[in-house]
Amino acid sequence: MTEILKINNICKSFSGVTVLKNINFSIQKGELHAIVGENGAGKSTLMKIIAGELEPDDGKIYLNGTEVKFHSPIDAIRAGISLIHQEFSLVPQLTVYENIFLGREISKKFLKINFIDKKAMKKAALEVLKTFGMLNISVDSKVKNLSVADKQLTEIAKALSTNSSILIMDEPTAALTLRETELLFSILKNLKAQGVTIIFISHRLEEIFEIADVVTVLRNGELVGTKKIDEITMEEVVSMMVGKSMKSRFPEKPIRAISDEKVLEVKNLSSDAFKNVNFVLHKGEILGIAGLVGCGNMQVGESIFGLRDFDGEIYLEGKRVDISKPTDAIKAGIFLVPEDRHDLGLVLQRSVKENHALPNLDLFSEFGFVSQKEEKQSVRASISYLNTKVSSINQRVDNLSGGNQQKIVLGKWLVRSPKILILDEPTRGIDIGAKYEIYKFMYDQALKGVSIILISSELAEVLSLSDRILVMSEGRITGELDPKNASQEDILKFAVKGKES
Amino acid sequence: MNALSNGFIRKYGVIFGLVGIIIFFAIESPNYFFTPSNFILISKQSSINILLALGQMFVILTAGIDLSDGAIAGLVGAVAAGVTVTTGNLFLGLIAGLGVGIGFGIVNGIIVAFAKVPAFIATLATMSAITGITLIYTQGEPIWNLPSSFDFIGQGSLFDIPFSIILMALSFVVVWIILERTKYGRHVYAVGGNIKASRAAGVKISSVLISVYAISGLLAAIGGIILASRLGTAEPTAGSGYELDAIAAVVLGGTSLFGGEGWVVGTIIGGYIIAVLNNGMTIMNISAYYQEVVKGLVILLAVMLTSFGKKYWNE
Repeated sequence: MTEILKINNICKSFSGVTVLKNINFSIQKGELHAIVGENGAGKSTLMKIIAGELEPDDGKIYLNGTEVKFHSPIDAIRAGISLIHQEFSLVPQLTVYENIFLGREISKKFLKINFIDKKAMKKAALEVLKTFGMLNISVDSKVKNLSVADKQLTEIAKALSTNSSILIMDEPTAALTLRETELLFSILKNLKAQGVTIIFISHRLEEIFEIADVVTVLRNGELVGTKKIDEITMEEVVSMMVGKSMKSRFPEKPIRAISDEKVLEVKNLSSDAFKNVNFVLHKGEILGIAGLVGCGNMQVGESIFGLRDFDGEIYLEGKRVDISKPTDAIKAGIFLVPEDRHDLGLVLQRSVKENHALPNLDLFSEFGFVSQKEEKQSVRASISYLNTKVSSINQRVDNLSGGNQQKIVLGKWLVRSPKILILDEPTRGIDIGAKYEIYKFMYDQALKGVSIILISSELAEVLSLSDRILVMSEGRITGELDPKNASQEDILKFAVKGKES
Repeated sequence: MNALSNGFIRKYGVIFGLVGIIIFFAIESPNYFFTPSNFILISKQSSINILLALGQMFVILTAGIDLSDGAIAGLVGAVAAGVTVTTGNLFLGLIAGLGVGIGFGIVNGIIVAFAKVPAFIATLATMSAITGITLIYTQGEPIWNLPSSFDFIGQGSLFDIPFSIILMALSFVVVWIILERTKYGRHVYAVGGNIKASRAAGVKISSVLISVYAISGLLAAIGGIILASRLGTAEPTAGSGYELDAIAAVVLGGTSLFGGEGWVVGTIIGGYIIAVLNNGMTIMNISAYYQEVVKGLVILLAVMLTSFGKKYWNE
């Protein structure tokens, strides 16, 4: 193996805050190199420096043994390094092949005028897709009609068409289903076999252990270590990331007896996304609803919170309740922590205080006037209970990390003493430390008698936290499992039921 | 750090802008411009625009826009004057005028909230319709012979302070309290920031949307009454163009056209920047034609400086 990229003593700080400190490591040609670390560890900054989006304050980058200095992403692309962002840089209205050649259109001359040569572009695009086994994408489709996974592949194809020898991917699997992830991985393996070097950021350690050759761990802007994947265990990676040895990723489940008291019962819930959903939720129970993305579990949660139209009956503590909008659910003591907190959970440009208070203003106000004192007390209490890290309660929430944002969303419902919490992918996109805290918080609430519906596609999470697991597939409940004697394979078996036929 | 400086420029940059313009005119014209009586004049001149801008701000905070507020001001001036003249009762005239303003505001709100027509199109259409209604109502003729009690609103003074300034100041205080201290104000900011998250937090979206247009209609109505009263006659086309100055004041004041962010004090300062420019250039004997050009350039410059400042602080 030959060294393709060498990072030497890279330092970077933003307005006096050190983000990267003396980073040294090297990457071999054709390896899949995973970069892990908690949010704020400096992964994205380091990747942006390698891809020319940021310039380091100090240190050197060697590409194939010679020093390179990138002043813009174009410099890096010319040198063969492409960064694929979590947010894609594709133009939705254009087709796949137009996107692949955006800014580098192939043209032909006619009467001395350059015209775009669509035929040649299509052919070249098809060639790229073929070479790397991405044949499921049609070069003529408009990008806006593609699935997230296919958009990602288009983005990769775009990078490869510039003859990139190093591909950097920032959390490529965050928005993919299991099946799409598998497809992406097989393509990455294919790329590797053809000599492409891949740098891969992910929060999902299972994935890294499945596909990476080498893993580099960052913590607080410092490099903790670079290890071959077969010389390290997942627990060791976790403790390198968090800096202390954490026995496992999950806190110990408190031993408790769950009463037979039915808090929630749904009967024959149906909508365009799910059919005939029936289940019971007991007091203090954590009920997992697992399934692959698109199985309808998220829509069930949103329906019970009043965000979607549905048919069927909901009984709360034995009494029929009519929930047609979120206000109805809020009045009934049913709260949703949504899967996409930026979309449904937070007003990003407003402060921590205002976001916390938004659904609770009726509690803090008299004759329509907000009591500043009560409001502040409430937000402070919530922040300290959840260990939320904010510089001030007047800080805008878009400046917080994912974990802290999630804690704001959770915290705002706590004020209203929930009966039922619907947590939809509660730990998506947040780091291990914050995940652990959110799990502890869930147990704490369950011990206080709050019933929790945990909607998740992370199987390890569902297995470890739930008291009972329902599995959905194609909008139907296909199985019920006791996590004490079930495995991830058992869940998957039910999760793909009805898919084959 | 970023949050602080970002907000700082957006919030306070406009104050430096106003101070800068005042210093410029004070140096150019110390004897006429920089006098207490001229500042009272400026306040009086800005009062109508600021009233409309305060209403406009509610709408813009919800990521909407109200192009019809100038037209509403024009219609309300005519209705208030007309009803006062025909009934001989000032009180009835004012009630009718304010009612018309709120009424058309609610119409705007319903079109936006329920028919889901984009605010720009909805209020562009009602602006045209309301301008037409004013011409029909007045038959294109100004309304004369207003009683002296009507003139007081735009021309009279209380304790030596022009009544229109008092109305403006009161409106500012009330708007500040509503936006900064009430549950309703929080809902306005939240709906503008993220309508879906607000709904999921139990905010009644349609009532917030309808009410912001109603408030804009009410404040436009007050502005329209002051305008008719100041001129001593209700001109059928009096309100035209006021909506653009109101939007300019709000944007100069740092309120985001995307909704969810803005500061009431900024809007007042934005209104004053426009008024000081008009006043100062008139004193310097700059032709009215050139004044419009300069005003346009200053607005552009101010907004560019604000966004440049934000970028600079963010780097």
